Amino acid sequence: MDKELGLLDKLQAMDARNFHAWNYRRFVAALMKRSDEDELEHTENMIDKNLSNYSAWHNRSVLLSNLMKKAAPGFTNKEEVLTREYELVCEALFTDEDDQSGWFYHLWLLDQTVRSDFPLLVSSWPVEGSDIFLPAADCLDGCASMNVFHYSSRNFPLVLYFNQSVGGVNSSTVSVSCGFNLNADLIWKPLSSNDSQCAKVWATRLAIPDAELHSSEPYQVEVKVGYSLGIVSTTGVAYSHPSQTSFQLHLQKPPLESGHESRLGKIQWKDDCFADYESGSAEPDLVNLLLDNLTIKNEVGPTASTWQARIIDYETNIFRDLLDCKIGMLTVARLLTAYDLLRPLDKPVHCEEVLELYSELMKLDPTHYRYYKDNHSLVLLQQVTSSKESLLSHCFHYRDSTLSTSGGPLCLRLNNLAISQLGSFGKLLWVQVLDLSNNGLQSIEGLEALQRLSQLCLRNNKFRSFTALESLRYLKSLKVLDISQNEIGSHSIDTTRYLFRSPLSHSMGSCDGNINDLSSKAYWEAFFVLKDMGLTQLDMAGNAIASGSFNVFLEKLLPTLKWLDGVQVN
Amino acid sequence: MGELAADKHVKYILAVEKRKDSFESAVLEHLRMNGAYWGLTTLDLLGKRDVVDSNEIIEWILKCQHESGGFAGNIGHDPHILYTLSAIQVLALFDKLNVLDVDKVSTYIAGLQNEDGSFSGDIWGEVDTRFSYIAICGLSILKCLDKINVERAVNYIISCRNVDGGFGCTPGGESHAGQIFCCVAALAITGALHYVDKDLLGWWLCERQVKSGGLNGRPEKLPDVCYSWWVLSSLTMIDRVHWISKEKLIKFILNCQDTENGGISDRPDDAVDIFHTYFGVAGLSLLEYPGVKPIDPAYALPVDVIDRIFFSK
Repeated sequence: MDKELGLLDKLQAMDARNFHAWNYRRFVAALMKRSDEDELEHTENMIDKNLSNYSAWHNRSVLLSNLMKKAAPGFTNKEEVLTREYELVCEALFTDEDDQSGWFYHLWLLDQTVRSDFPLLVSSWPVEGSDIFLPAADCLDGCASMNVFHYSSRNFPLVLYFNQSVGGVNSSTVSVSCGFNLNADLIWKPLSSNDSQCAKVWATRLAIPDAELHSSEPYQVEVKVGYSLGIVSTTGVAYSHPSQTSFQLHLQKPPLESGHESRLGKIQWKDDCFADYESGSAEPDLVNLLLDNLTIKNEVGPTASTWQARIIDYETNIFRDLLDCKIGMLTVARLLTAYDLLRPLDKPVHCEEVLELYSELMKLDPTHYRYYKDNHSLVLLQQVTSSKESLLSHCFHYRDSTLSTSGGPLCLRLNNLAISQLGSFGKLLWVQVLDLSNNGLQSIEGLEALQRLSQLCLRNNKFRSFTALESLRYLKSLKVLDISQNEIGSHSIDTTRYLFRSPLSHSMGSCDGNINDLSSKAYWEAFFVLKDMGLTQLDMAGNAIASGSFNVFLEKLLPTLKWLDGVQVN
Repeated sequence: MGELAADKHVKYILAVEKRKDSFESAVLEHLRMNGAYWGLTTLDLLGKRDVVDSNEIIEWILKCQHESGGFAGNIGHDPHILYTLSAIQVLALFDKLNVLDVDKVSTYIAGLQNEDGSFSGDIWGEVDTRFSYIAICGLSILKCLDKINVERAVNYIISCRNVDGGFGCTPGGESHAGQIFCCVAALAITGALHYVDKDLLGWWLCERQVKSGGLNGRPEKLPDVCYSWWVLSSLTMIDRVHWISKEKLIKFILNCQDTENGGISDRPDDAVDIFHTYFGVAGLSLLEYPGVKPIDPAYALPVDVIDRIFFSK
């Protein structure tokens, strides 16, 4: 066996990146029962000889993961282990700033530093301490309510937003109590486009029966998550930080303000249809309540006062010396973002600097422009959703001429921000009307968390296919959709083809996947997205796919449709 | 920017197909089935599927089938999962899957699955995630995916996932663009892409684009036209292809052409071969280059062929 190692040393001296050699080395080491520690030393020797050895760094990551997982002696103190590794890899990063060998190892170390193994509830809806108003009679058209805490139907969603994908959310592990018995009937669904029965976001619908809401007294509702075992992350870690939210249900006396609940006419997304949000209105201080209570206060996981923060601080200072190159700027941006992540209940402090770094990177490394742009967009949205002032500046009331009242539904307008990627969904669970027009979006992955969404504008973005609209299949309240002025039908290559539930990815039940008529086959992507939706208004103009035959197909598929491209449907 | 010398490439492919007595064809005799797939798919992508005699080709393919149900690389050679997939793919191109005894072929493939969910290439037992992809892709085209234990197959693939978001050939194996394509495509076909960290892998993949605009297969290696397929298709399947510069890559691929004699090579000014000709054209297809039909990034066959298989009937 030693002869084999000798042979391998020879081969690796000639070609340190030969992956057959490394595979064989793993095979021989296992046969010889060489310890992970000894093999770790071998990788260190290889790295000493030449820092530019991605294969050695990779092997090191495998061995180290194993040693930490089995809590081998000398590898139990994560802070110690990571500090040592940071020192080792920083040498590689600083020696040749263009050599990628250490980049991905360093990113892994950062992930190991900030990651919380525990599945946690990040936010939920309805928000703790809120007052929810339900109508005496269902609003006929299920339109958006004027106030975030008003519902037009006695059937409304409960949403749980976790920090990672979990399974096992059901009426045993989540109990909803509100004075009358309905918990056992609640069916919690994972909002994911696969069959894993796991998701980051789970939702159910509470339907308050007629018989119950006769009292003028409010009902106290308590949602208890994880007081019984059963919720587990996809990495196998049990949910062990029970969380409780309570809110109050009130019966809304009819008629409220006549006219405002009656059907709004055709929705128009023009600037003059939106009026500034006035926080002095009769409703409770919406934005404060959202900012204070939307995020669940978890007292576990790394925070700003633990060793993780120390390491990040230390690394940030080191990498500030490398700000004249790509990997330096990118690493500092990631470190600053990581630092803010350690303080989820506080306003992020590094957004401005991180945004500047990504802007600089877009200029320095134009080949990867869109990578930096997407990250820039994520930070921008974090910034917008984390402070009262900025959130308020994006809140508007929809003003319809048919309404007699001054304020229509509350709308969040994130238009004209040049965002190319969406995020911060945990902070947006309350949103009913969302304007994302005039941006650079090509995907709405994650939007399924916004279960209250009834009106959505995606006009003038970069959507290329209906498969990019997968999230809409989970938005049962969506009535108004504007996807005009996009690129649907202009592209021969569909980049979301396999991120979409369809027969191609074996992610549809055999009956669901059946398409019988020709036009549905021709437009199968649109068919699967729209077929179960109750849209009343749809705008498709300005997409290459929009045509006479497509419109005929749409009208057949959507019997509830009242307006198509601004024209009334028969 | 140069142009795609499509007609030259078509002539080159047809010439190679005919050259059965050259040194090159002797050395590559054992993988002629793969060569058939590369050449014919390229012709199809360039809109020239009909310039070949499909009946002749199908006749030859069937002669390469073994009693075990598997296909060999050429007549008289041993069967292997590699050539079995190429045979299935070529028959799919010509819409002649019905000449197959589907049960026989699928049983051969399914029989190569091991206890841990992995797949061997043939009876001699080599294990590699390439074979996991081949099995899943082939059986899916034949609508027989349920003949294998999909859950175990997926679990094995995930066990080959590395901390950089990529995948290796076996557990612990270093991330390599070719293996990444195989694993990502297999996960795509089985509806398991949620096991891929798209942002993490997307960054690793987009950083394969080097200064010349070409793509390499792993860090600090030279660019090669074939990675225009493996890296690009992976990026396409996880919707991160916008993280590279498409213009620079198109330019690189076009520079790898032999515009005189046809064919594409691994990098500019090297000798051409069918393998790199296919990957160059397939890459251009994913980049929506005009005049090239769209290719499905998971099945590596033209989109109209795949749509026909899954949305007809």
